[in-house]
Amino acid sequence: MIFAVVLAGGVGSRMGNAEKPKQFLTIGGKPVLIHTIERFFVHPGFEKVIVPCVKEWKAYTSNLVEKYFPGQDRIVVIEGGSTRNETIMNAIDYIDQAGQLNEETIIVTHDSVRPFVTSRMIDDNIEAVKKYGACNTVTPATDTIVESQDGKVISNIPDRRQMFQGQTPQSFRAVTLKKAYESLTEEEKEILTDACKILVMKQVPVAMVLGEVYNIKITYPYDMRVAESLLKMTLE
Amino acid sequence: MLNTVYRLVAPRRIEVEFNEINVDQETLIVRPKYLSICNADQRYYQGNRPAEVFLNKLPMALIHECAGQVVYDPKGEYKPGTPVVVVPNTPTEEDALYGENYLPSAKFRGSGFDGFMQDTIASKRDRVIPLPTGIHPYVSAFTEFVSVGVHAIGRFDQIAHHKRDQIAVFGDGNLGYVVATLYHALHPEAEISVIGLNEDKLQNFTFAHGYLAHELPKDFAFDHGFECVGANGAEIAINQLIDHIRPEGTISLLGVSEQKSAINTRMVLEKGLRLFGSSRSGREDFLRVMEIYHKYPKVMSDLEQIVGTVIPVKNIDDMHRAFEADIHKSMGKTIMEWLV
Repeated sequence: MIFAVVLAGGVGSRMGNAEKPKQFLTIGGKPVLIHTIERFFVHPGFEKVIVPCVKEWKAYTSNLVEKYFPGQDRIVVIEGGSTRNETIMNAIDYIDQAGQLNEETIIVTHDSVRPFVTSRMIDDNIEAVKKYGACNTVTPATDTIVESQDGKVISNIPDRRQMFQGQTPQSFRAVTLKKAYESLTEEEKEILTDACKILVMKQVPVAMVLGEVYNIKITYPYDMRVAESLLKMTLE
Repeated sequence: MLNTVYRLVAPRRIEVEFNEINVDQETLIVRPKYLSICNADQRYYQGNRPAEVFLNKLPMALIHECAGQVVYDPKGEYKPGTPVVVVPNTPTEEDALYGENYLPSAKFRGSGFDGFMQDTIASKRDRVIPLPTGIHPYVSAFTEFVSVGVHAIGRFDQIAHHKRDQIAVFGDGNLGYVVATLYHALHPEAEISVIGLNEDKLQNFTFAHGYLAHELPKDFAFDHGFECVGANGAEIAINQLIDHIRPEGTISLLGVSEQKSAINTRMVLEKGLRLFGSSRSGREDFLRVMEIYHKYPKVMSDLEQIVGTVIPVKNIDDMHRAFEADIHKSMGKTIMEWLV
């Protein structure tokens, strides 16, 4: 079984003076989170769409989901964890408690603030995770990436042709990810904030799926303006 | 729901844009799988339309021939994965007299509003036609093209007089092939002649007599004819039809031309001819195509002959590749396998 996990745990600390977490801000008159959930909800591959969110916003998120998807039981709002990975673990625990966790269970995790994800990216994620066990959506780096150990001088400039920028979806065989995460020390858990990185460290192959430059993460007020203008191009 | 749309913004320039789909009870969400390029798309793509047309219509997603799969049906009537085709004509009113494809208020995908070059298509329920099992996937892509032929033959059957022993189809391209194939299946007793410019193409019409347009015998005659030439050749073809058709015959005009055609009206009057036009098709024509595929399975295998290049499309560069390949083809329908 395949589950979508739309990560709505962010509190939007980078979003200027916005009063709500960024996933609740609206573009085209609809919350970003709802746009994102819709993409996964209409995809026929998913058993359920799990939406882990911050405890304080859980009731609000549930109300929003009920408003836009009245009577739907395919979307489940759960409480997220203190970190991104803890949040994913909560989603896996939910699947486990529902008696649907086994070696074949797949989760396609996605940032709730990336509403421009396409069917192709989702399809490619499902195909890649089935084949490799895990995958990360990426785009080739367009800017030169510069590495600095001390934040003052450049320590390395890697070959740009080998550099990619990570996006989501990130998809996993749920049991594999859970085992890898549970094998980490508390210290490692603090450092390893990216689920794919855990698997890479554990030498589990993580395939790359091609993303799109417009699969933007709405992080800064500028991104909201970009998202609004992308949508304003509509003719219908 | 945010939806990615690949719109033509200027000749040979396609850009990613987005629209918002409102999912209501009467809307189905369809994921395109195979898109077939039509000459009408090419006229937009290459910029072969008057400038005012571009000003009014672009940016717009092209393509009105599409087979896909239902991904979401809020009413649950269609299971996810159900193969379907979508009718591009979208009437906004009902009319007892006029056909849906002749209503000036009707919108048409890839002409009046966005065509099928989209991530997902939001379609009214009545515009979605389920595909029976066993339909060749590439042939299903150009169901709309076949339905145009079905529509024209249906009108012909109502209009033409009953002596229909010899039928002429002018045009040895895809449209001529579809019309001749359908007519032969529906009326196997009729003798069909196909008139074209290319000896090789004429060889494809194995069930018909082939004639080169510039070598038509003087005594060549037929009861009724179909003009499937269009563009610059339409005028010559229509006049040849008028010259060779027997009295009181009916000429069905199907070829689209940007130019006006000067035709020999004196001979139209003298022979008492009927000329009628057909354009596009509607839901009933799509259903009739499905009936024909079921009743005459050979039609589908015959139509497989015009499946041309199939191009996997994963990005905008691939879209350009498909359109450019289509320009250089000699015959056959170019299909985009929609993986974008």
